[in-house]
Amino acid sequence: MNDRRLEGIIGQLLRAGVLLAAAIVTAGGVSYLVQHHADPVNYRTFAAGGQNVRTLPGIVASAARFDSEGLIQFGLLLLIATPVARVAIALVGFALERDRLYTVVSLTVLMILALSLIRAI
Amino acid sequence: MTALEFTVAVWALSALAGFLGALTGLGGGVVVVPALTLALGVDIKYAIGASLVSVIATSSGAAAAYVREGFSNIRIGMFLEIATTIGAVVGALLAGRIGTHALAIVFGLVLIQSAFYSFKATPGSELPVESDALGRRLRLGGNYPVDGKREEYGARNVRTGFGIMFGAGALSGLLGIGSGAVKVIAMDRFMRIPFKVSTTTSNFMIGVTAAASAGVYLSRGYIEPPVAMPVMLGVLGGALVGTKVLVHARVRTLRIVFGVVILALAIEMIVNGLSGRI
Repeated sequence: MNDRRLEGIIGQLLRAGVLLAAAIVTAGGVSYLVQHHADPVNYRTFAAGGQNVRTLPGIVASAARFDSEGLIQFGLLLLIATPVARVAIALVGFALERDRLYTVVSLTVLMILALSLIRAI
Repeated sequence: MTALEFTVAVWALSALAGFLGALTGLGGGVVVVPALTLALGVDIKYAIGASLVSVIATSSGAAAAYVREGFSNIRIGMFLEIATTIGAVVGALLAGRIGTHALAIVFGLVLIQSAFYSFKATPGSELPVESDALGRRLRLGGNYPVDGKREEYGARNVRTGFGIMFGAGALSGLLGIGSGAVKVIAMDRFMRIPFKVSTTTSNFMIGVTAAASAGVYLSRGYIEPPVAMPVMLGVLGGALVGTKVLVHARVRTLRIVFGVVILALAIEMIVNGLSGRI
């Protein structure tokens, strides 16, 4: 497996992930508008939402109930996962090439990403 | 404003931002945030949360096209991502500590830099260089297509590039933007990597950098579903159309117009930040 082929696979995978994420966000958005289209909205002052939109377990649970905001957030989570998957696949690719230096580099990036995402658990 | 009106307005603004961002190579984030805060009065924290998500969408969505062209360099990208992701986490943590007014002012200053980049960004005309010692040790060199054949290039000043990338990551995490312009400057001007390789590798890196702040943004509640939904769909749609149109557009004129718009937004952001209206 050479670098070019590896990158090609990664590129296709990313695009598929983005399209799936966009489809889920659209579904959630349509459901949200059907229920709330006439409600007045105001986002002038920041107030953090509940656990159902801020933590991984909360988002998964509310998406499983087909809650509209939960679905949107689940689609966005999937989107956030696409670059993470990209790093993970590159890690495997470098490991298969026995490229020790870049296996370690990819692992370092993956760990930094994990450290950030772990806050949302 | 009702939820429907808000969604349509945000979607339209975001689609325009994504379209212009793709045409000029600056990305949608730099326009989406001021558009939402200035035109619709959205709190800047919601705006940067939604923008960050759209940055990931355009970066991952365009990756397949860029890879096909054979310009991006996965080793350079991965190595420099160590710097951008650490920077992004630091920036995202800082975003929660500094006030809204200060965020608006910093955003305005970054917009001014983007405007100048838009006015004068020209591909570095210098020839590809040989790697220096560190560039060689990290195997950052590669080859890219020039007139049908592949030409070798190297990378120099790795330490400086790495340092600037940390700054690019911090700005991305602080403001919810891709900071592609800074990434390109680090690779093209400082590491002497060919312009085309720099821009496509930068696009690849933007998504990973943004993902590093996403966890912090999500847990803080900056990613609010009714705001992020139309922004993500709008910017992604606009960017897809923009990439298709790019081939036929008169990019030079467009960059100047876009630069003027960004400069106006920059002044507006700074004035509003100073007067405490944002």
